[in-house]
Amino acid sequence: MLCKRIIPCLDVRDGRLTKGIKFAGNRDIGDPVATARAYYEQGADEIVFYDITASHERRDIMLDVVDRVASQIFIPFSVGGGIRSVEDMRSVLLSGAEKVSVNSAAVKDPDLIRRGAEAFGSQCVVLGMDVLRVEPTGDAPSGYEVVIHGGRRRMGMDALEWAREAERLGAGEICLNSIDADGTKDGYELNLTRMVADAVRIPVIASGGAGNPRHMVEAATTGRASAALIASIVHYGDYTIPGIKEEMRQSGVPVRMSW
Amino acid sequence: MIAIIDYEAGNLTSVKRALDYLEIPGRITADAETIRGARGIIFPGVGAAGQAMRTLRRTGLDELLRERVTRGVPFLGLCLGSQIVLESTPENDTQGLGLIPGHCQRFHPDLTEAGLPINIPHMGWNAVRGTDRAPSLFAGIEEGAEFYFVHAYYPVPEAPYRLGSTEYGTSFCSVLGREGLWAVQFHPEKSGRPGLTLLENFNAYCREAR
Repeated sequence: MLCKRIIPCLDVRDGRLTKGIKFAGNRDIGDPVATARAYYEQGADEIVFYDITASHERRDIMLDVVDRVASQIFIPFSVGGGIRSVEDMRSVLLSGAEKVSVNSAAVKDPDLIRRGAEAFGSQCVVLGMDVLRVEPTGDAPSGYEVVIHGGRRRMGMDALEWAREAERLGAGEICLNSIDADGTKDGYELNLTRMVADAVRIPVIASGGAGNPRHMVEAATTGRASAALIASIVHYGDYTIPGIKEEMRQSGVPVRMSW
Repeated sequence: MIAIIDYEAGNLTSVKRALDYLEIPGRITADAETIRGARGIIFPGVGAAGQAMRTLRRTGLDELLRERVTRGVPFLGLCLGSQIVLESTPENDTQGLGLIPGHCQRFHPDLTEAGLPINIPHMGWNAVRGTDRAPSLFAGIEEGAEFYFVHAYYPVPEAPYRLGSTEYGTSFCSVLGREGLWAVQFHPEKSGRPGLTLLENFNAYCREAR
């Protein structure tokens, strides 16, 4: 039986690790390569790097991080943030990442998903979605709207429709981040997660709101997510990956226990 | 030196990086002389079956790989490599290398796990069982260890060549072949410690076979 994945997310700026709380007040907590290696050794099933480097000129720093990670970490990892073209995707994949995630750029240019999937295969292309709960309207009948720029800009697009469209275009996976839940530690947005997971046949990664291991259990069961993204609850030492997995296992969720 | 076969399907560096990390000499190559000089062959899995076989035929690598295997050079196919070693696959209606009797099949969309329809491709970590039939490849790897998979088609070799299985809506063969000619549907280079152990075991077998 396929295991549910636990995926630590590392925010990187200028080659150093940060963690955004509610997308503000980032603080530097260390070296991304050493941190990724530590999570790998603790049983992380995959690792996500999110590059928030503002300047496009400094993106080579991130490619160097990717290359160093790929040389010592033998689980899949993905890189997102600032990916705007097939060429951006190619440089990240050639540096050793398995997957790239696109977010804002795909909202502005949905065909980027198709071009990426055609060039590298669907399994390489992850759609990152930031979603805000709204009053159901004509633009967002599901009651969830797509936002970009870390939640600052509403796009008048229905989240459920966008997920289906991304699947049709060839996205291999959806990383679904709830802006409402992000940083609250109150748990994932289960209603949203389940709605999207039921609407597509590609894996959905729940993101935003993890506060304790019960939340991962809920994401995998009630939310029907294939994976759960975690950040601050492990970055600041509140919980460990083995501890989270043990609790999931005891709750009957299939997880990888030997590494 | 272990030859990692380059069939122009894209990025093959992850297998090379894993060998480098294990300090196993390896070379990504399509050169016949280099491949003839290799003590073992890894056929990595990238891309689509149809394109892979077209490139192998055009470059004559298909004949060379058959010849090396006939001469007893150890061979390890990964992911797509576990489908290419068979006689045929419905993916792009492709004839394979025919090193192992059998064919491939696509996961049926009606399959379910825990009452829910499965996602296709099968992507993520899943347990591999029954590998006591491939003892030299799985030495030191615990029964039921999980490996990383990404695939929509799976191998269906003839019964004597089924060496390990995995459950995903159905039970499918995830390890196939015979001593010295193996193929695995997962990616050992992305499967953490059990995957690295498998690559080390393959290298140890190549050293002894020489």
